[in-house]
Formats: sequence, C-alpha cells, structure tokens
Amino acid sequence: MRIEELLNHTGEWLRGTGPSAHIVMSSRVRLARNLEAWTFPGKSGKKDLEAILKTFEEAVNHISALKGSTLFQMTELDQVDRQMLVERHLMSHEHASNPEGKGLLVAAEEVVSIMINEEDHLRIQVMRSGLNLSEAWDIINAIDDALAHELTFAFSPSCGFLTACPTNTGTAMRGSVMMHLPALVMTKQINKVLAAISKLSFASRGFYGEGTQASGNFYQISNQVALGHSELDIIQNINGLIRQVIEQEEQARQALLLQNKPMLEDKVCRSFGLLKTARIISSQEAIEFFSMVRLGLDMGILKHVDHKALNELFIMIQPAHLQKIEGKKLNAFERDTKRAAVIRQKLGGKDV
Amino acid sequence: MFLSGAGMTVEKINMTCDICGKKKATVHLTEIVDEQMSEMHLCEECARQKNTQMEQQFGLADLLAGLSDTSKPPASKEGEKNVLKCSRCGLLYEDFRKFGRLGCGECYTSFKEHLNGLLRKIHGSNKYMGKTPSKYQENQMAPLSEGTIAFLPSEDLLDLKKQLHSAVAAEDFEKAAVIRDKIKKIATP
Repeated sequence: MRIEELLNHTGEWLRGTGPSAHIVMSSRVRLARNLEAWTFPGKSGKKDLEAILKTFEEAVNHISALKGSTLFQMTELDQVDRQMLVERHLMSHEHASNPEGKGLLVAAEEVVSIMINEEDHLRIQVMRSGLNLSEAWDIINAIDDALAHELTFAFSPSCGFLTACPTNTGTAMRGSVMMHLPALVMTKQINKVLAAISKLSFASRGFYGEGTQASGNFYQISNQVALGHSELDIIQNINGLIRQVIEQEEQARQALLLQNKPMLEDKVCRSFGLLKTARIISSQEAIEFFSMVRLGLDMGILKHVDHKALNELFIMIQPAHLQKIEGKKLNAFERDTKRAAVIRQKLGGKDV
Repeated sequence: MFLSGAGMTVEKINMTCDICGKKKATVHLTEIVDEQMSEMHLCEECARQKNTQMEQQFGLADLLAGLSDTSKPPASKEGEKNVLKCSRCGLLYEDFRKFGRLGCGECYTSFKEHLNGLLRKIHGSNKYMGKTPSKYQENQMAPLSEGTIAFLPSEDLLDLKKQLHSAVAAEDFEKAAVIRDKIKKIATP
C-alpha cells in the first residue's frame, strides 16, 4: 500500500457507532514490548535498529492476523507523510521527529498499528469505535500472543514486561478512551471531573495525545498504573470510571436543555451554519464548531448530518492531510482556506 | 464560559505569538496546574521549542517524585568509585536519574534495589499480575528471574483496595482520593 491510499478513507474506528458512541468517540489499547536480544532503541545504534526492524518484519510474515498490512520505513517518508500518520493516530509525534531506524506497520482498516523502535522496540495499538476497550484488548492480546510466539520479549516473572520507561513496566498496557464532554465544560464541572480522574491515577490529555491540550471539548482518559493489576482488571477499572464520566456528561446535557434550550439550539445551529459557509478557518476554531455540531447530533437538535463524515473531518482538517489532499505544501493561511473548503464539501455546504 | 459566542474564536484567528510577539499564533496551549488554568498562544516555531522544553521537563517530573528520596546511589565503600552502571548496556544509574529511561532489560537487575521502590511509588505496587508470554511459561528459568523484585500486599492494603473500589463505585471521589493516599503510604516504606 502506498501512503497516498490512506487518504481515500479513514480508520474504521472513526465510524461513529458502538457502545456509548454519543459520548465516547473511540477506545484504544496499547502494549509496549521489547526484544530480549537487543538493548532498548534509545541505547541502540543505527545498525541494531535496522536489524530489529528486519527481525520484526520476518516475524510479521508468519502471523496470519497481520496479513495484508503495510510496513512503512520512516526514512523513506518525507516530513509531511510522517506527520500525516501522526494525524491519523497511527503513531506518535516522537516517532515522526527522528526517523532513523524506525518503522510503522499499519494493518487493514487501521485497526492495528505497530510502531517499531519508538521508545520501546514495539508499540502495538488497537483502535475501536465507541467504548470498546474489551474488544480492543481481545484483538491486541491475540496479536501479542502471535508475536510472542515468533519473538522473545524482555520479560521478568516479577516485574512483567520490561520497558524503557518505568511508568510502563509491568503489563506495559495503556488503555485510553476519547471522550466528548461539551456539557461538562459548559456547566463548568470539567475541572472537578478531571481533578477526580487524576486523583485516581488516571491521566487526561487532549485529542492529539501526549503533551497536547484538550480542544473542542475532547479529552483522552487513560490508566497510569501497570503493576499490581492484571490487564483485564485495568480495563475494568477504566470502564468503571468512564461509565461514571458518561453519566455525569449525560446529566449535564439534560441540565443544559432545561436551563436554556433555545440558546443551546442556537449555538449548535450557528456552528453548523458557520462550518458550511466559512471561507477561512483555523483548526482550533473548526474543532470547537465540530464539537457543537456533534453535541447537536447526539442530542437530536440536528438530524441530517452524517456522524461518520463529521468524525472523518477531525482527521482531514489537520495540516499534513490538507497538504496531501492539495498535493503541495501550504502555508498557514493557505491551510485555513483549504480547510474551510474541505469542511464545506464534506458537510454539503452549497457555495452561496 | 457557558455558550460564549463565535466572537471568542474570531479573536483567536488574529492572535500573535505570546513568545516572539511577531508571527501568527496557530497553536493554543492550556496548562492546568492545581486546578488553575492558563492559556498560551504560540506560533508554530515557538511551539516546537516549547514542546521540546516540556518533554524534557515531563520526563524528569514523572520520575522526580519517586527518585528524590529513595534512589540515591549507595554511598561508596572504602574509596571505591561510586559508579553504578548496567552490566549489559553500560547505562549509568546517574543518567537514568537524569533522563528517566532505562537502556535494556538487564538494567532492571543492575538497578533492582533502586527500581524496587521507584516502581512501587509509580504504580502503587510492584507485584506483577499481568499475562506471561508462552515462552516464559514453558521455561521456568526465565532469563531475568534471578534476584528480581517480590512484594506481598499486607491485609491492610487488600482491605484498603476494597474500600477504594466501593468509594469509586459510589462516585465518592474525595473519599477515594483519601484512601488512595493511604494505600500509597502503606505501599511505600
């Protein structure tokens, strides 16, 4: 598969359905694994990194679940291509910024992706639509078993999987859930909820992962702890917490309706109108309006908007995607213009 | 900020960078420290620099809490050079403290006395409860089993964990936080 082919569709996890999809956009489970035979990537030279990549590639050939996937060598991609993979949530910023010896395996429909030689030799991730960590775990567990059959992982019975960063040591698993919490933000309860989440040793981040701010009312919530619990326990704990946050958001949405329904409807419909007509739009602004349109859809204020199209826009409006769609480099102003055009087209805005 | 109108975002479009004051701010950062929120608006270039700074800070901050008191290298014996390093990859323990990243699986054995406390601080436990790869199930003498860490939770701890579960189930986050802190105390010598 050529990288351009990714542009024709978006990941299966953006389809906008699944359990609690009105509040939970997607679920992700990630496992970190290292190969026993090599030092971790940070301590490995170019030759070793290439050998690790080769070893992984051979192992993947024997795994039927990963048939038909594509292995991208980071050094063969230019900066925009790498950025595009980050924007699709297939890999981290860190993986794009220093391409030497690094690879990315992308399986069918972008459900599974594996970063090779990021901070650990392997970072395996599975994405699902809606609140579906258990299903994501089942898939990733099977892939991990298959990989463990082909490769020998750095593992100790008492510490678990050995990782470069001690915050991952143990299960080396992170489960995270992307939540849309506009009503908690509008009713000013979000800081209270986030504070409770962090007190319980869960982390909350922005839409684009580690080190990013929450934008458009999207929050990514994940576990921090990898020892003292089994993988399934951790997933159950996240699920328990997420269900409570869902309930709080639902209550806040009802409160908004009771408090001032016309104002909420106005806000939602104006946002939709703006997206369909704007000629210049920043990504921050676009995401704020997406959030309102999404809220309108989920609360039945808007009816004739395609959920999937809206979800796909989150990916398509980012800088590298816009440049790939246009087929050339764009400066910030040109991107804002192109972004507005892509949104108008996708949401069926007539040229007025 | 309930239902603030479109005016707020229009304002954002014309913002200049908070750091250089020249270029257009296209990156908007929000930091929450002790529930106090502060916003920064940066141009791409300054944001990239800021990001590198933050990464360095975060790598350290993650660990500093755990490292500050428990994990100083042991005092030197009889004029011996006090250099603790991994027998396989040669990573200096000092460098692990600085950058927060281990160099290989063997580091876990080389630095085990220090990592024991650190892992317990980070995770609230250092007992591994997760899956075991098939190769290690067949082979009881796993390569890294020698001298690694074991930690049995006390009755108190188990009881507290149960309490924590019910507090979370009852949505009593305040109470849950108190119990969590107690657990941390017990789990830390």
